[in-house]
Amino acid sequence: MSPTRQTKSNLERVFEAGQFAVTGEIGPPPSADPEVIRKKARILKGYVDASNITDGQTAVVRMSSWAACLIAKEEGLDPITQMTCRDRNRIALQMDILGIAALGINNLLCLTGDHVKFGNHPTAKGVFDIDSIQFLQVVKGMRDEKKFQCGDEMPVSPRLFIGAAANPFADPFEIRAPRLAKKVQAGAEFIQTQIIYNVDKFAEWMKRVCDMGLHEKVKILAGVAPIKSVGAARYMKTKVPGMDVPDEVIERLRGVPKEEVSKEGIKLCIDIIHQVREIPGVAGIHLMAIEWEETVPGIVEAAGLLPRPKFD
Amino acid sequence: MIVAQQKPLEEIRRLIAPYEKILILGCGTCVTVCGAGGEREVSFLHGALRVAQVKGGDGVHAFLEYTVKRQCDREFLDPLGDRVSEVDAILSLGCGVGVQVVAERFPDVPALPGVNTSFMGATEQGGVWDERCAACGDCRLAETAGICPITRCTKGILNGPCAGTKNGKCEANKDIDCAWVLIYKRLESLGQLDKIRRYYPPRNFRTIPRPRRLAGITSIDLGGSNG
Repeated sequence: MSPTRQTKSNLERVFEAGQFAVTGEIGPPPSADPEVIRKKARILKGYVDASNITDGQTAVVRMSSWAACLIAKEEGLDPITQMTCRDRNRIALQMDILGIAALGINNLLCLTGDHVKFGNHPTAKGVFDIDSIQFLQVVKGMRDEKKFQCGDEMPVSPRLFIGAAANPFADPFEIRAPRLAKKVQAGAEFIQTQIIYNVDKFAEWMKRVCDMGLHEKVKILAGVAPIKSVGAARYMKTKVPGMDVPDEVIERLRGVPKEEVSKEGIKLCIDIIHQVREIPGVAGIHLMAIEWEETVPGIVEAAGLLPRPKFD
Repeated sequence: MIVAQQKPLEEIRRLIAPYEKILILGCGTCVTVCGAGGEREVSFLHGALRVAQVKGGDGVHAFLEYTVKRQCDREFLDPLGDRVSEVDAILSLGCGVGVQVVAERFPDVPALPGVNTSFMGATEQGGVWDERCAACGDCRLAETAGICPITRCTKGILNGPCAGTKNGKCEANKDIDCAWVLIYKRLESLGQLDKIRRYYPPRNFRTIPRPRRLAGITSIDLGGSNG
């Protein structure tokens, strides 16, 4: 391991080698079937440097992220465990961090988590003992100072590459770059953004991020995703928290014959990848082809991002 | 003040079903202001229960009604002694504190809750109350421009706003203002935006070891800000 590298993360290694990174995303199944993860992992293998596995996304019960990460790891991926503060207090979070590190997971994405009301158990208690920024600080303290949040010390610390999310499109826009600064200060080493359809607004956010010098302290992966249908685009525009889908995007999809819409949605995604690559400070893309993982190889190839770097 | 809401009539009828003679007991403070359990509501409920039992023909109750100034103070309950000795149960329209103090004061008579105690809030407009304080025992309002994120942010986070804010509204309810957007705007107008850029460490939940007791100077020992 190089002296600057903190972990055995493939993603960290890609950044260290100065390469433009590609991460993907796998949604675990609402079942105990490991084959679902294996199948998706095989699709992504060779096309992404690391793959997130969501943690009860939109508060719907699914296979736990860390368990699905182990299956994905067996298939040869470098998984990124997503962990939210919605379902765990600081005690449970730290226990799971020790567990995933002991089992050989190298990456952790620290999230506050979607509100329980969006999910299939809307009467559940949302925990939110700590928030994502406090969570980052806890993980960094565990890794770098070998200390739990309470101050107690541990003999073997979790070697995790620490990530966080950022949403340039949520209100108020002016707080979004300073809030990223808080995340970086707390311990974030890589950032995956909300899905970008409003490239101009994202570019303006990146400008503010670079003006603060944050791009030199954290690797920013621009979130992208293909859209399957006009309905999906409308749904994201109106129903999904913190999403910004400009009317032009919907018009573009509506402008092609119905049977061509999903193809156009993929093309749009590739166009956006090309556009965000040109924006100073962008260190990679995070491709979220949710329940449409089979599009990932084609998109990565068409975007000119192959072959992915390989290390010994 | 404490804001409460009267329970549905059918639920109240189920609660009182086993008892013959019932004292409907109002409270003259918070629940009077929010129209859930004052003298007027006691009288309305009394009438509604009488009509319901005539219509339903099931069970014959006799009712007394009375409203004290405050149910949460034992001394205001003392004059009730004679009335309580005449009844089989007390249906309290006080908040959850009132019901319990009534139960403690009259241990031989069942005390039943006639309202659901909702929250501590302020009057927004006639008939509308909004929650404002979570009684967390560790007030952070100096850092958040007088707007409480623990109460008004649905996730109660200290380093907000989260990523779900849209058009200034909360991700969990588009009719509710995002507390952190309100905080941001107010800090901006006060020239105190440095406060939102600061990192706030995890909350100290030891400030709310239930049940809490506040006893003069010892309350300082209950916790204190760690931000």
